[in-house]
Amino acid sequence: MFVSINWIKDYVDLDGLDIKKLIDNFTLATAEVEDVYYKGKDIENVVVGKIISVENHPESKKLHLLKVDAGSKVCNIVCGAPNVREGIKVALALAPGRVPDGEIKVATVGGYESEGMCCSAKELGISDDHSGIMEITADAPCGTDIKEILPIEDIIFEIDNKSLTNRPDLWGHYGIAREFSALTGRPLKPLAMGDLSYNGDYSVPVTIGREDLIYRYTALKMEGITVNESPMWMQIRLYYCGMRAINLLADVTNYIMLEVGQPTHAFNAQCIDHIRVDTPKEKMQFTTLDSVERTIDEDTLMIYNNDTPVAIAGIMGGLDSEIVDNTGSVVLESACFDGVSIRKSSSRLGHRTDSSARYEKMLDPQLTADAVGRFVYLVESIDSGAKVASKLTDVYVRKYPAITISFDKKYVDRYTGIEISDERIIDTLKSLGFGVEYNSGEFKVDVPSWRATKDVTIKADIIEEITRIYGYDNFNITTTLSPLKPAPADYGKQEEEEIKDILVKRFSLHEVNSYIWCDGKKFKKLGMDVEDNVKVLNIENSDNGVLRNSMVPTLICMANENKSFSDYYGIFEIGRIVDGTDSDGACNEKKHLGIVLYDKSGDEKSLYFKGIEIVNTLVSQIKQSKPAFEKIEPAHNWQHPKNTAAIIAGDKNVGVINTLYPSVKTKFDKTAAVVCIEIDIDAFNSVSASQIVFSKKSEMQPIYYDLSVVLGPDHKFSDIEKCWTCENIEELESYEVIDTFERLGVRSITVRFNFVAMDRTLEMTEVQKYIGKILENLSEIGVVLKA
Amino acid sequence: MFEKPDELKELFNSKSKEIKAVSDVEQLRIEFLGKKGFVSGLMQELRNVPNEHKKEAGQKINEIKQYIENSISEKMEEIKKLEEKLLIDSAEAYDESMPVSKDMGSYHPITLVKREVEEIFKGMGFTVEDYSEITDDYNCFEALNIPKYHPARDMQDTYYLSSNQLLKTHTSAAQNTILRKYKSNLDSGNPIRAIFPGRCFRNEKIDACHENTFFQMEGIMVDKNISISNLIYFMKTMLSEVFKTDITVRLRPGFFPFVEPGFELDIQCLICNGKGCPSCKDSGWLELCPCGMIHPNVLTAAGIDPEEYIGFAFGLGLTRLAMMRYGVNDIRLFNSGNLRELSQFTEKNFSRPVNE
Repeated sequence: MFVSINWIKDYVDLDGLDIKKLIDNFTLATAEVEDVYYKGKDIENVVVGKIISVENHPESKKLHLLKVDAGSKVCNIVCGAPNVREGIKVALALAPGRVPDGEIKVATVGGYESEGMCCSAKELGISDDHSGIMEITADAPCGTDIKEILPIEDIIFEIDNKSLTNRPDLWGHYGIAREFSALTGRPLKPLAMGDLSYNGDYSVPVTIGREDLIYRYTALKMEGITVNESPMWMQIRLYYCGMRAINLLADVTNYIMLEVGQPTHAFNAQCIDHIRVDTPKEKMQFTTLDSVERTIDEDTLMIYNNDTPVAIAGIMGGLDSEIVDNTGSVVLESACFDGVSIRKSSSRLGHRTDSSARYEKMLDPQLTADAVGRFVYLVESIDSGAKVASKLTDVYVRKYPAITISFDKKYVDRYTGIEISDERIIDTLKSLGFGVEYNSGEFKVDVPSWRATKDVTIKADIIEEITRIYGYDNFNITTTLSPLKPAPADYGKQEEEEIKDILVKRFSLHEVNSYIWCDGKKFKKLGMDVEDNVKVLNIENSDNGVLRNSMVPTLICMANENKSFSDYYGIFEIGRIVDGTDSDGACNEKKHLGIVLYDKSGDEKSLYFKGIEIVNTLVSQIKQSKPAFEKIEPAHNWQHPKNTAAIIAGDKNVGVINTLYPSVKTKFDKTAAVVCIEIDIDAFNSVSASQIVFSKKSEMQPIYYDLSVVLGPDHKFSDIEKCWTCENIEELESYEVIDTFERLGVRSITVRFNFVAMDRTLEMTEVQKYIGKILENLSEIGVVLKA
Repeated sequence: MFEKPDELKELFNSKSKEIKAVSDVEQLRIEFLGKKGFVSGLMQELRNVPNEHKKEAGQKINEIKQYIENSISEKMEEIKKLEEKLLIDSAEAYDESMPVSKDMGSYHPITLVKREVEEIFKGMGFTVEDYSEITDDYNCFEALNIPKYHPARDMQDTYYLSSNQLLKTHTSAAQNTILRKYKSNLDSGNPIRAIFPGRCFRNEKIDACHENTFFQMEGIMVDKNISISNLIYFMKTMLSEVFKTDITVRLRPGFFPFVEPGFELDIQCLICNGKGCPSCKDSGWLELCPCGMIHPNVLTAAGIDPEEYIGFAFGLGLTRLAMMRYGVNDIRLFNSGNLRELSQFTEKNFSRPVNE
């Protein structure tokens, strides 16, 4: 919103004050000022001139050769405007001078010397009217500086509308002026109101249908209006504040909206007989004054004349009842509609206006009367023939309850943490329009109507009023006196960070972040199903609505996009997945670790074992135990039927490791290898860690014994491993696989056993005894010694 | 006279001169000092020496033996040094600048920023809380004093879910849960001090400055006597830690339904020190954290008596902080999975001193 300092000065005397500093203070105390514009600063040597003679240019149809009386001299001016006439007064920019578009110099135009330029309103930066030169009607002698007769010089500042969302009172200059009054300690002048008295009996009939959607509706008729155009000072203010002059009545309603914040609507009185405020019985079409036909639904509040719709309440008037230039009599509507209803209607219509934006903020119903008073005052002061032609119709359907707030000084002291004097509190609140009763430390405050629609309701709100005017920069800041207690450690969180460290530092993986929803297009490209799950209802891209039920597919998509990054890499993310819904229908949100490993060389087997190594490391480093793996049926169409295994840590199923289903892998990359790991972080965290058990190692001579055995097709290493671990051989200190060999489907494996005793050098015969037992166990499961 | 020892010495000296390798020294040793060597031969010959000369001859042989032994070990040292020199001369001087394996992992930049900020808060006695990404209307709005039809619900375009829930639009959604979790501590004199970092979602069009999925961090402190003065002090101290320099802050009124009064906290631009530059849009200030005194209705919704307890809350845009910290000017990097760029974030924790 744009605010004019000239306008503010109508209501608060700012003489002698540093305006820039005042605007900075406004930012700190009220709302953020985004920009400040110094209007008219770039206009120099523009004076009132009178056209003495107009001659056609001998060669140009457009150009005219003028002699213009500039007061001190008569100037030769070449002018291309269509409306040049002898005798009119114009804004004459003389060389050397300046207008917003650039410098004015003596120049040759169409072969003739021109000593300056007759300006259009646009060239002076006070309108976007460039249809011709601006005619000056003011009674000022030639040579008068244009800035003396037109309020071109002004300081305009732009407030971030977002910072005004909770302040309906600040959507007009008068409300802003009140803030300036509080900030400067200078009084706020009252609004000049017109005389509404009317001798006749007529009043505009108004019937309210939907009382739930309206607070107050006032209407007044005026007639005898003959002036069509609003005065230049008004046009300039409107233009500087972002609006365009249209005609007197439209301009006055806009002016009032910018001044008191109350939207009003002037109907052509010929179109109004009986006003009815109601919602339509059924959907209908309606053409607004911007000539757009709009669909109005049954929830949108409308203004009718009898049964004919004439306006969308609070949003925009209709084309048919529009004020045109010869409208001599008007019915002014000044109403307070329900903010929520207007907001919803305007968003359904996809049409937000200056008016609806204000209603949304919950306007003060008291304002409707101010707006009517200002309308009559302004119209009558501009057009002396205009007069009030009805009694005021004022249907006050609902009032906001009056709000009184009591608090004591101690409350203020505790909340602020600083000492603000009683007098200062009283002065601040009074300057903002609050009624204050004070009795030895106890305050009783009446909230003014313009702050009582939603903004100020509780004690804490009063604190804000006191402190923002006091100034946060003036606060003496201190630390809290709360006792310092150590924060309890969160072990789950710590483990997550450990996981990240291990994956990054030890396995050189890269941490990524991905979206919580499935990217339908990317999934499809890789042949992965988007599995049924909870959906986002209002996502822009309809392919992406379904929430992921596993971390892996989104990471597979990411890995697929990074094939050019390196020949060998892994990515991981600890993120959230949704594992369906629980019995209440709410999402089963879980925190999962997803890892995807990629190897361009295509050695899937060693990549798979790299995956196993990662899992083993995570479990052994964080839980001091060894995980087990158990083949499972694939749960997703991207998992390989043979190489999908559950990860078991401390008897808990904590995750899955798998390779890709062949067709998915082919789509990913025909020759590369991909391995996926997913670990349920909550399950992993719930696995209790084993204590580190220290054991003294023997210093005796060990005996190494190698066994080469042939495994059957269904044998796993873990099967043969049991054949010696089950014996609990005290002297078996360690064992390792030193060789594996596979040919024609026959797998053989060589295990080296390391036997040692704590207290003596072992005899070979002892070891032979153990080996015999192991071989016995092996043969029981069908594993035989290699020939 | 017994002349042989001197002849032997000469023989030894001439042979010794020829020697070039360690093995030759050993050969020489055997030749002269071995069991069947020349010195042993001399000893044998001592038998034939008349008794009156035996003593003198024995001495002479011993001298020569001593001489040869010393010479051989000297020679050995000399040859070893020579050989070592040869070895060094022929060795390759390695080129340390040759490229080596680039196999180094990386953290997501958000993890790095989050870790740093969490460390700061832990040091100030704050607990670090975890909260879900999916929440409901009550936690995200209702409990935060944002009633139905409140414009704030429009301001944050929310992703609603088919489960009648929503993706949290701000970390404030965790306030109610965390206040409830710790409220019993209040009565035993323990203030609530907690931060909760988390991922938030807003239905926004994505461009260089906007993401629909981003990280925030919320912080709250509640106790019997917490004031606006404390809030400003705390924010200034905390941000000075985060930016590792003394920060100048200013507060402006800001409207957030869950705080009263609510503030927008600006910090003086660190690039131009408040003089005005492109990165602060010539204002000298950067809007950084929304904050304020927790609205009494929010405390009440969590079962805490606002007459007795009071608190402040603040938000910190972690994604924004990461952008400032690393000079990332396109927010889309964070969820892109683009390893060429993301793999640059290799540092575990940058709270150690770094050269700016």
